[in-house]
Amino acid sequence: MKRIKTLETRNLAESAKKGGCGECQTSCQSASKTSCSIANQQCEKCK
Amino acid sequence: MVHRYKNNGYNIVLDSNSGAVHVMDEVAWDIVGLYEDKTEEEIIEIILEKYSDRPDVTPEEIKEVLEDIEELRKSGKLFTKDIFADTVFDFKERQSVIKAMCLHIAHDCNLRCKYCFAGEGEYKGRKSLMTFEVGKKALDFLIENSGTRRNLEVDFFGGEPLMNWEVVKQLVKYGREQEKLHDKNFRFTLTTNGILLDDEVMEFANKEMSNVVMSLDGRKETNDRFRSSANGTGSYDLIVPKFQDFADRRNQKDYYVRGTYTHFNKDFANDILHIADLGFEQISMEPVVAPPEEEYALKKEDLPELLAQYDKLAVEMIKRKKAGKGFTFFHYMIDLTGGPCVVKRISGCGVGSEYLAVTPWGDLYPCHQFVDNPEFCVGNVYEGVKKPEICEEFKKCNIYAHKECRDCFARMYCSGGCPANAYHSTGKITGIYEMGCELHKKRIECAIMIKVAEAGL
Repeated sequence: MKRIKTLETRNLAESAKKGGCGECQTSCQSASKTSCSIANQQCEKCK
Repeated sequence: MVHRYKNNGYNIVLDSNSGAVHVMDEVAWDIVGLYEDKTEEEIIEIILEKYSDRPDVTPEEIKEVLEDIEELRKSGKLFTKDIFADTVFDFKERQSVIKAMCLHIAHDCNLRCKYCFAGEGEYKGRKSLMTFEVGKKALDFLIENSGTRRNLEVDFFGGEPLMNWEVVKQLVKYGREQEKLHDKNFRFTLTTNGILLDDEVMEFANKEMSNVVMSLDGRKETNDRFRSSANGTGSYDLIVPKFQDFADRRNQKDYYVRGTYTHFNKDFANDILHIADLGFEQISMEPVVAPPEEEYALKKEDLPELLAQYDKLAVEMIKRKKAGKGFTFFHYMIDLTGGPCVVKRISGCGVGSEYLAVTPWGDLYPCHQFVDNPEFCVGNVYEGVKKPEICEEFKKCNIYAHKECRDCFARMYCSGGCPANAYHSTGKITGIYEMGCELHKKRIECAIMIKVAEAGL
């Protein structure tokens, strides 16, 4: 596409199919403790 | 839901429901903005008029862009619908398992940080240190209630956990014994102000702690404004060399230097850059949590400056990375290909359902930010959860619980925000801390912009 470039991203709809194992880190156990940030949590299955 | 924004010279389109990120020239970016509400003829007319001085913008070109957009739509990368609402309701029906605990190993502190949400370590209560017996019961409770979850997270928190270091070590030892017996994997973490940090602590932590959080607010004048001892001596000079040593001994991995910014250092990007200049490569900086009447609380009128600071930081981080002096900022870490699944994104932070805080005397709370309010005590480590109805309320805190999240592009990156912030701001855990939302949205925009810049498209 000439005027549009797309970054490689995880397809969220696809991730629903096998998601929810719950093994990933709880967001507040990392470095925030006062806000909720999940974008930086890594999926245990994608490691 | 499609979010279009411009940042650092990039025209970015985020398709919130699929997670797809597109970078476009301004013509395509404008067309995306018109796509859902206008006909093809109308779009051509509007775009031709706007770009009348551009020979490359012709009806054929515009039609080509429209075809590209349609192709992206069909492939589920643009204008995707929210199909996850049912998923979250199914997920809520699942039996809760506890997988993470915040152990308040010490309700006491050797600093008197004036902004401390923990009330200088005591959470509006009494000074107290957790005994090994209470901690042991907490770990037993965690194992018993963790179901089939293997990875169990335990954060040693306070107050200042190093004031009760021997118990921390005993609990780690006990946890390591128990994980073998129950096929679990404990991930211990430690949050410290650094005052009591020494060789022995560092050595132990580097062996046993999967992450450590070191509290430092930035420049000396920023840090020492709030982070001082009872006699008013700032902590900066004492802790910085120790933290530098600690970070190096951890090979600059698996730690964060974490600061807090307030109304008094609205130019907090300079504090983050100062921390980076000290040689730290893993940095986090959070807005202060404070009652609005406090003079250090962030004010609504601070917002434009705070947002500009995030932009400034993002641009500087790109520059430094190119120069080989990159560092990580917690809120700009965004894993576009291996990030959390959608279930995690929509189901909230887990407060009160997957995550509990334990007081030094063994009471259970939904999270560390509710420990100062006895109304939220849900039970104790001896008898377990006695008030499941409170936990059930927290379990409902997902992105669909907040009407404000319905049309927010950032909801897949914040999981509906922090219920504690919402409660302290609105009196309801399903409310919204507006200031926090605005800051978070900006952080997500910057994080994605950095990815776009790095992709070099």
